[in-house]
Amino acid sequence: MCCDTGKVTWAMLDQLFPSQLGRGVAECVAAALLSFFILLLIKRRGVNLLGELPLAQLRGLVQILIVGAVLTWMLRGPRWTSLLALLGMMLAAASIVRRRAQSIPRAFTLALISIFVGAGSVLSGLIFLGVIPLKVAMLVPVGSMVIAQTMNMQSIFLDRLRGEVASHVGEIESALALGASPDVALGRYLRAAYRASLIPSLDNVRSLGIVWIPGIMAGMVLSGASPIYAALYQFVVLTTIFSAAALTCLVSSYLVTKRVFTVNEQLLLR
Amino acid sequence: MKFPTPTTYLMECKDYLMECKEVSRELAPPAQKLLLDRVNFGLKKGEVLAVLGASGAGKSTLLRLLNRLDEPTEGSILLSGEDYRTIAPRSLRRRVGMIMQRAYLFPGTVAENVCFGPLQHGLTIPEAEIEVLLEQVGLAGYMERDVATLSGGEAQRVAITRALANGPEVLLLDEPTSALDELTKQSVETLLESLMRQRELACVWVTHDEAQAARMADSVLRLEAGRLTVFGPAADVLRYREGDLGYA
Repeated sequence: MCCDTGKVTWAMLDQLFPSQLGRGVAECVAAALLSFFILLLIKRRGVNLLGELPLAQLRGLVQILIVGAVLTWMLRGPRWTSLLALLGMMLAAASIVRRRAQSIPRAFTLALISIFVGAGSVLSGLIFLGVIPLKVAMLVPVGSMVIAQTMNMQSIFLDRLRGEVASHVGEIESALALGASPDVALGRYLRAAYRASLIPSLDNVRSLGIVWIPGIMAGMVLSGASPIYAALYQFVVLTTIFSAAALTCLVSSYLVTKRVFTVNEQLLLR
Repeated sequence: MKFPTPTTYLMECKDYLMECKEVSRELAPPAQKLLLDRVNFGLKKGEVLAVLGASGAGKSTLLRLLNRLDEPTEGSILLSGEDYRTIAPRSLRRRVGMIMQRAYLFPGTVAENVCFGPLQHGLTIPEAEIEVLLEQVGLAGYMERDVATLSGGEAQRVAITRALANGPEVLLLDEPTSALDELTKQSVETLLESLMRQRELACVWVTHDEAQAARMADSVLRLEAGRLTVFGPAADVLRYREGDLGYA
């Protein structure tokens, strides 16, 4: 019965939107409407995100469409264009992290250096080892996933650190007042923020295949690859993402101390 | 009664351990607020200076400047005649200890907290010495106690021991008894007085309690909206009401 309903709906959609593009737009509208109704439900619990979501969705849609157009062009162009695209993504990711961590001075350079070192070195290593082929069609999607995850983890890391510092000003300044270095005074809170930022990524690795089947594996299976090879490759991608994100936050944790304290070792985030 | 201006007062004495000369602290824009305005005072070895004033008068701001947790925007602070900007912040903070309103102990044992300061410059304190320090503050046998199990008064005693373990020349106290009940407040006050006299510590004690200042201090500095209104011997400053005061 359920399958029959599905078939009827698909047939109706085919009739209504004969072109792939028209159907894609219709699906986007359906997904957006669904999220709108869910937000209406959330609003009843006192959390109002209705003002934020439509703009975020519109922005995301425009961005992904631009990426789609750029990818179409890049797939026909030279390989160096993919490196340019990844650099652009890193700049955009750093700018988003900066907005999340506004109270941290010079957060943009902090985020950019960390993402560049974290995502850049892990991706370069895997390209060098031949794990990720130096092809536009592979490098850009995998690279973007890695950069996106480093961005998310860094946002969580800096946001959590800001919260930890704000609620432990007394402890941090007590340590400074006893002659401790900023690294020692901040150490406990850096570690807490680092651990908190790693948890979602670690959970992704742990729940791989049980809770979710990620996009790359699904795509590879759909395009005819062996499911076992697709599973192994998905593991490689997810582990790469984890390594890059963990390294990004590690670099961030070294750079952030200099931004949280003055040269005279005084706490700035008070 | 007329008091000498703070600057005149400073010029009369050459043997100050700590001197504050025309020290100001102003918040940068957008906050742009003058927290402390050209404050002068001197502190001799073994002397207790009480800093009095209402909330927001700049008492804690002054203390934070003395420990260099904040930077003066004008003026200079001298420690043994040396501008404190020429001393590395960590060395300075070991020489100028600070006890805050709340104990802010670090998770772990009492002994770990007491050893924290010396450990920062590579020194370890023998267990026997920790025990002696704890005995002095009435916490004999507390060495291995988890700080999470301590009462407010006990925690503040550990904070005092932790600051003293660094062997400071000057001790800054930011209303150290204000968060304690009356009975505990008295015992901590008595303890601090005996430790200060015994070690000949120079102390700057921030309080809003005039009676406490009368009991503890040799000299008194009064702040009002960031400005020094009077600085002089405790007996003289505390005897007169605000309307009677004025500089010579």
